[in-house]
Amino acid sequence: MKPAPFTYKKARTVEEAVAMLGQQADAKLLAGGQSLIATLNMRLSTPSLLVDINSIGGLDKIELKDGMIEIGALVRHAQAERSDLIAKHAPLIARALPHIAHPAIRNRGTLCGSIAFADPAAELPACLLALGGEVVAAGPKGKRTVKADDFFKGLFETALGPQEMVTAIRVPAATAQTRTGFAELARRHGDYALVGLAASARTDGKGLADVRLAFFGAGDTPVRTKKAEAALAAGNIDTAIAALELSPHDDVQATAKTKKHLAGVLLKRVAAQLMEARA
Amino acid sequence: MKIVDDSPPVLTALDRPNSYIGRSVPRPNLQRLTQGRGQYISDVTLPRMAHVAFVRSPHAHARIVSISAEAANKAPGVIAVVTGAELAKVMTPWVGVLTHLKGLKSAPQAPIAVERACWQGEAVCAVVARTRAEAEDGCELVEVNYQPLPAVVDPETALDPKTPVIHPSIADNLCFERKLEVGAVDQAFAESDAVVETTFMFGRHTGVTNEPRAVVADWNQGEQRMTVYHGTQAPHMMQDLFAKHLGLAHHQVRVLTKDVGGSFGIKVHTYADEMATVALSKLLKRPVKFVADRLESFVTDIHARDHRIKAKIGVKKDGTITAFEIDDLTGIGPYSVYPRTSGIEANQVVNLTGGPYKCPNYRAQARVVFTNKNVMCQYRAVGHPIAVAVTEGLVEQAAAKIGMDPLELRRRNLIADDAYPTQSASGLKFELLSHHEALAHLDAMMNYAGLRAEQSRLREKGIYRGIGFASFIEVTNPSAAFYGVGGARITSQDGATVKLDAQGNISIASGVTEQGQGAEAVMAQCVASAFGVPLDKVRVITGDTDNTPYGGGTWASRAAGIGGEAAWQAGKALRQNVLAVAGAMLQAKPEDLDIRNSVVVDSATGNERLPLEELARVAYFRPDTLPAGIQAELMVTRHYVPRAWPFAFTNGIQASYLEVDTDTGFVKLLKHWCVEDCGTIINPQLVDEQIRGGVVQGIGAALFEHCLYDERGQLRNGTMADYLVPMAVEMPDIECGHVVSPTADSELGAKGAGEAGTAGAPACVMNAINDALRPLGAATLTDMPFTPDKILRALGKV
Repeated sequence: MKPAPFTYKKARTVEEAVAMLGQQADAKLLAGGQSLIATLNMRLSTPSLLVDINSIGGLDKIELKDGMIEIGALVRHAQAERSDLIAKHAPLIARALPHIAHPAIRNRGTLCGSIAFADPAAELPACLLALGGEVVAAGPKGKRTVKADDFFKGLFETALGPQEMVTAIRVPAATAQTRTGFAELARRHGDYALVGLAASARTDGKGLADVRLAFFGAGDTPVRTKKAEAALAAGNIDTAIAALELSPHDDVQATAKTKKHLAGVLLKRVAAQLMEARA
Repeated sequence: MKIVDDSPPVLTALDRPNSYIGRSVPRPNLQRLTQGRGQYISDVTLPRMAHVAFVRSPHAHARIVSISAEAANKAPGVIAVVTGAELAKVMTPWVGVLTHLKGLKSAPQAPIAVERACWQGEAVCAVVARTRAEAEDGCELVEVNYQPLPAVVDPETALDPKTPVIHPSIADNLCFERKLEVGAVDQAFAESDAVVETTFMFGRHTGVTNEPRAVVADWNQGEQRMTVYHGTQAPHMMQDLFAKHLGLAHHQVRVLTKDVGGSFGIKVHTYADEMATVALSKLLKRPVKFVADRLESFVTDIHARDHRIKAKIGVKKDGTITAFEIDDLTGIGPYSVYPRTSGIEANQVVNLTGGPYKCPNYRAQARVVFTNKNVMCQYRAVGHPIAVAVTEGLVEQAAAKIGMDPLELRRRNLIADDAYPTQSASGLKFELLSHHEALAHLDAMMNYAGLRAEQSRLREKGIYRGIGFASFIEVTNPSAAFYGVGGARITSQDGATVKLDAQGNISIASGVTEQGQGAEAVMAQCVASAFGVPLDKVRVITGDTDNTPYGGGTWASRAAGIGGEAAWQAGKALRQNVLAVAGAMLQAKPEDLDIRNSVVVDSATGNERLPLEELARVAYFRPDTLPAGIQAELMVTRHYVPRAWPFAFTNGIQASYLEVDTDTGFVKLLKHWCVEDCGTIINPQLVDEQIRGGVVQGIGAALFEHCLYDERGQLRNGTMADYLVPMAVEMPDIECGHVVSPTADSELGAKGAGEAGTAGAPACVMNAINDALRPLGAATLTDMPFTPDKILRALGKV
């Protein structure tokens, strides 16, 4: 379990990192490295160039800007876990963070790295999708913003171009009307979930509006289930469960059939969370 | 977790001043290990040391048509590329058979595959380089041309005439078969009021040691001597095997085992890649290091279990068990593992099933078949988790069928505590067990009646909790009956050498080994107690064939019971020798003197007469002042081997309390109890740690661990992300209790404690799950591990 030989370069600015990405077609960015290093050591990935972005200044901030919470590319999970801004304005992310792997991994791993890696079983891509967040990407032509709904394209595939890097993610700051729900079923705490659900909504009188349900571990990408969202907004949980359109895959931990069943169980549990009064 | 309810050990003659027997003293290696100053084999670095990595077969079964090393040989840092054919000139192959497992057969196995690879992961070529990374780079450049062959993957069809035979040199895919029939089985079933018949499945799993397997071999051409730094449980066994297969004498081979990062039985076998590393050192005349990485650990560390058992129990209305019957089928991979063989686990299943009960009627069949998967062999509690799960699963299903409380059914059938000595239907000889006392202890400790009341209250609220039990027996302190009589050069005796140094301190060299379990603490306690010094005056040396007495090492729960007794006897003998010198110096009778706290005292009054330091000074530096004819003998060796009984059986009972989420199929473990009887308890904390660790490994088997193979013989989950080892968050608190029935075979009376937890835990978790789901009419679960998938299927939800 030693990586194949590669060239290592340290970028000092986002522009430098983007330029370095252009030097080798198979170059990879190194931030927290919690997924990348394992794949390198297993030789599942053999990039010829690693661009280390850990020394780029200013990317480790969590800020409230224009009604959005912005999380920089070098914000570690552990930093977000301790952040008052996240706790107050991004409660869905706060709910999800303790489920992500283990403290040692959360100390190094970055939120934006998880988004860019786009593991379909990971928590944060689903949270971003459920919150209707967006990804800020820097490339040779400057910065652009991609909506979460347009970002996750396929299995470990995103809308990022080969020479683009995620510099931040943004999610709408929670308001008094915001409701969130999060649940996952993992065989052991910290494992990738068999299936999980991140959800957000807005209270609308006694009911819910703008329901967004994002399942993870249930397909090639985090998956929104719009029929179920509509049913839940209409207050009908059983219809919502029946309306789930998910195509999970069999894997070593569970069959697709079990995952679909579990998705329904999660929806029921998360729906109850969404209906709870905000503390 | 606090240690609950440690019964005080029964000690009389052992209870001397400085008695550390029965006390939870800290282990002597604690500071060293916690400060990161352990010396694991992975840490060993020698001058001119090279690293080996192996090209491993991606096929479960394939002919090796050709190997091209040209590109690899030119790669940076590569020292040599060596094939199986080339290495066969340095080291002879081996065959894993034992004569007392009649009919057991296997094929010769080479350190690196020659001509054919027989499982995915078998080494087919070695690349030796300056660094492990360069060796792995070299491996990528070795071109192996394989011709895939049909793979035998399903034990159920391995013996079918149309299934290919894996080894042309032996007639079929049957490694070993055993049949046993005792009593009148058919009549007993016919006369039963209820019969339960079911099939149990036990998934393959593996040991997952904290430190992977590791070896550094250093052939010294000038000295004609091989030094092997080896993470093993049995240094003397490995010395014998390295010598035998390299054509060397024992004194030309030294095996050094420093700290070992856990073994659990997986490091007591001969591994082809480790043998290859030793052979490569001889071939290349330089030190060569191999440390298995996690990926190769999963496909080469021995796997265990993988049994399918059709089982049957008969029971009368009054709860009397009338008969047990089992038919065991297990697939062991393409070779019987050397030198302990892969027939032992099935053999143990036959021996142990029904063992706690007085039922006289028993029929068993076991068949061990070859498959093209990783090799299987002995792993912690060999056969016990299977036999116990089958027995206890049947017992609880029978209890449910006749409507009797499962503890009550056990009370009516467990061998009575005053029935010893006695033996099981299968012929196991029991010196002294305590099933009923252990059961009563457990009943009280867990407040069984209270839990049953809570269980039924919660059921009304839709919360499904289950209580499951497992009575068990455990093989410990094996005599030569285990391996020696079968022709294996595996010693069952062990030795300890104790020495008084010139300041009056003690050093112990023991033939047992430290795997992280605390054997060194036990040796220190035995000698300090027998001799009469504080523990901090004692230093323990293990794991060096040049400097320790010939011994068996650590396996089959033998270190404390056998190695501890040797240490105890050595400490006593040294005390006699020291008192003989003291008597001469003090003009006193040695029998009137004693050693307490490093001082020679009058035994009657306790008056201090002579510090040990002074005695040592005189004995070593001024022996001229001793009376004529007095020669101080301040180094003593004693050996011990159990002779009266083939094994010192222990017993116990475990219980699991858990909750099943019937929507998700997830199991939450709420609590686990274990009452066991390992005879004299030398160190209560270490015993309880062994029990708890063992329970956790057993829980792993019940709920998590499974080596999953596909139909082509490919391991599907060979990483730490996909193979689930039990972790702390999911584990319940584990309460331990003890009954103490010492063995009379030794003065200490200690039996083994290392495997009891693993033996019983899977059974009681299984029983608890079924107990939880029984009111829902769920199908009985008997296919380990019990995943959410399986539980939801049993509930009819998917």
